[in-house]
Amino acid sequence: MLLQLERITLSFAGNTVLDAVDFGVAEGSIATLIGPNGAGKTSLFNTITGFYRPQQGSIHFDGAPIVKQKPHRVTRMGIARTFQNVRLFREMSVLENVMAGMHCRTRSGAIGAILRLPSQRAEEREILETSEECLRFVGIHDERERLATNLAYGHQRRVEIARALATRPKLLLLDEPAAGLNASEKIALIELIRRIRDERGVSVLLIEHDMSLVMKVSERISVLDHGSMITEGSPHDIQNDPRVIEAYLGQDDEELALS
Amino acid sequence: MSFFDSFFQQLINGLVLGSFYALVALGYTMVFGVIKLLNFAHGDFYMAGAFVGFGALSLVSGALGAGWMGIFVAMLLAMMAIGCLGVVIERIAYHPMLNAPRLSILITALAVSLVLQNAALALTGGQYTAFSTDIGFGGFEVGNLFISHNQIILVATAAVLMIALELGVSRTMYGRAMRAVSIDKDMCRMMGINVAGVIAVTFFIGSSLAAAAGTMAGAYYGSIWYFMGFLIGLKAFTAAVIGGIGSIPGAMLGGLILGLLESFGTNIEFIGSEWKDVFTFAILILVLVFKPTGLLGKSEVERM
Amino acid sequence: MATDEARRPTPFERLYAYLDAPNRRHTVHVIIILLLIVTPFIANQYTTVILTNALLYVVLCLGLNIVVGYAGLLDLGYAAFFAVGAYTIGILTQQFGVNFWLAIPFAIVAAAVAGVVIGAPTLRLRSDYLAIVTLGFGEIVRFTARNLEITGGASGLFAIPEPSLFGWRIDSASDFFYVFAVLAVLAYIASQRLYHSRLGRAWLYVRHDEDAAEAMGIDRVRTKLSAYIIGAIFGAMGGIFFSVNLGAISPESFSFEQSVMILLAVVLGGMGKIPGVILGAFIIVLGPELLRDLDSLRLLVFAVLLLLIMLFRPSGIWPDKRS
Repeated sequence: MLLQLERITLSFAGNTVLDAVDFGVAEGSIATLIGPNGAGKTSLFNTITGFYRPQQGSIHFDGAPIVKQKPHRVTRMGIARTFQNVRLFREMSVLENVMAGMHCRTRSGAIGAILRLPSQRAEEREILETSEECLRFVGIHDERERLATNLAYGHQRRVEIARALATRPKLLLLDEPAAGLNASEKIALIELIRRIRDERGVSVLLIEHDMSLVMKVSERISVLDHGSMITEGSPHDIQNDPRVIEAYLGQDDEELALS
Repeated sequence: MSFFDSFFQQLINGLVLGSFYALVALGYTMVFGVIKLLNFAHGDFYMAGAFVGFGALSLVSGALGAGWMGIFVAMLLAMMAIGCLGVVIERIAYHPMLNAPRLSILITALAVSLVLQNAALALTGGQYTAFSTDIGFGGFEVGNLFISHNQIILVATAAVLMIALELGVSRTMYGRAMRAVSIDKDMCRMMGINVAGVIAVTFFIGSSLAAAAGTMAGAYYGSIWYFMGFLIGLKAFTAAVIGGIGSIPGAMLGGLILGLLESFGTNIEFIGSEWKDVFTFAILILVLVFKPTGLLGKSEVERM
Repeated sequence: MATDEARRPTPFERLYAYLDAPNRRHTVHVIIILLLIVTPFIANQYTTVILTNALLYVVLCLGLNIVVGYAGLLDLGYAAFFAVGAYTIGILTQQFGVNFWLAIPFAIVAAAVAGVVIGAPTLRLRSDYLAIVTLGFGEIVRFTARNLEITGGASGLFAIPEPSLFGWRIDSASDFFYVFAVLAVLAYIASQRLYHSRLGRAWLYVRHDEDAAEAMGIDRVRTKLSAYIIGAIFGAMGGIFFSVNLGAISPESFSFEQSVMILLAVVLGGMGKIPGVILGAFIIVLGPELLRDLDSLRLLVFAVLLLLIMLFRPSGIWPDKRS
């Protein structure tokens, strides 16, 4: 397993958000976390990436313990993420946004910058090249000079993915990447997720509500409900699992379309 | 003087000092609670309160005398005036900034502080103004210990104000609304809570408490000047941090603790009273390092 | 909100865009260098001294700009670092007879250490805390200088020896003008290069969205601390040469008012915008020279000015397009 969570328990002011969650992502897989609203999916992401500190349990990534590491350390170890409500540096250019991802893979500091040392200049070139390559990969290289806030919503989501890829991750966490996208953008997203895994060898874990997308792209699906992992399996298993259907009952939106 | 006498003398000094700190710290903490702003101008409300209180006293002293009776009336007038000043400043300077970057509102608060301070400087020419009263120097003697009437009246007044505030906040709709606003403004708007009104009331109460402290301090120490709000602003902030910023009981507790620490701490020989302010500052740094949430503060839950 | 879509630019915006164009920037640089070289020849002594002071302010403002303009941290005690630089030089050269040039590294290290002591505990917390802690720190440094024997107490240090370089004794007004001109140019180059570097971008990322920056692997505390320390070193550099220029320093040279003036210059010029900040520095120093009659109302005028800028044009007279 590339990522392994064991008995993770997280609570805020006495409310248990995650209750002894066991969960894993295999190397090279595309896995999805589903569950009704408020099940604790984003909290699980925040716990993995170090934004929340669980009260109990362990998390191992690539064999090393990462629980209670700071977010920037977790990213450096190879887990990148996007946010549910796109969090770009809005008033900066698309290219500058993606360059942020390379920060943790480079090291030059103030002295290098002030003296323009050769190592610093080489690094700046590397940052630029990697960032442009990531932008080409997600297909928005043409928009690199625009301010992030002026991009169409679907493209902003792509900038976020490019920025995460620029951290050279082993595992990419996507928090509801299809939210707000239209039908054709969703199809393109499925293709992009597959290419991220196939061409870059990056394992992918996503949170998603759009069931048709989930069924198409996922190889493993885990279901979280009220902070507990209720089941886990292939898309086919999940579709026919009565516990899953029960977890979603009472939810009156499109999430019921589980057929 | 025996050890005990000296101990009690410092205790009383600390209580007096702590009462001032607590009253000013309350305004810091309340404003921080509702709009998450460190109001740098708060210390200057204290200064302005002292000047308005002084002016009001000279108006009412003809009828009421310049004893505690007159001072109380002057204090109430100063509280009204400075409370209104606080509300006006919030409307003009802070309200348009609530959704701007944090840095902007902080610099604006600094600008407000500088305007108040330098307006007072221009009006007084930078001179100390004598705050003359007829409160006298009477008191009780207990053994070698001397407690003046003024000290008792001062601490009691501060206590009454704080108890009234605590009751107001815990028992009324306003108090509940204030707590709700501090948690989620947008939700409050949707629930029909008058958020702007709650913020205005909070500024009014916070500023008027600073004005009360300013008037009493003027009467107690006998002189006022334009820069008197600067240090106490810093110290009241320290008090608010000790107690846990955002917590009303915390501000009261923090004020008393800081008053006592200063009173006792600077009586230790190797520190010496000229280092009093450095001592306070060291406490602030230590609290921020080891217990940034303060004694009664809640840690902020990070929300994504 | 800034947009890159069409909107009719104001004359000032067109002027700024004209001056910002890369090919013209070289011309502007050359003109400024030439002006700096000839100024002592054409200006009288008084004007030279005032302009030297303006160049000192350029150094200080560019330093504070890194803290406030780039990293978005409010430092209300910036004069403290200026004081640390000046006093370290004063004490080492005047009391211990250390050579001026050898004393410089000590002054820089002292400022950096002071930056860490103040920054490390506070930068982990909400950035508002830094503002008030630095306010306190500024006062403490001044207070300490006034109460210690080694700093000369309230009257300060005097007869700080003038430095010499390869036999050239730096002592006349025009000598010091050139010294500060070189310093200002170096500060400008360093600011410019930092702005376009990995570290410079990291400051902006952290200022815009701390969580997103952390998720990109940027250490938020370290990044802010580096801005704070670099700002401290700029301040110390100003103080180092200030002390030998005047030959005397006293605690009152480093008051809260001084910190406020430097901040005002940065805010007025345009936080984060290097030419704007330089312009701000000149306005703050030369403005009062033109308005001498104000005197007692001078500070009030500045305070009202600061308030008005924040309310009506918070990005300053020459705004930075990235912020």
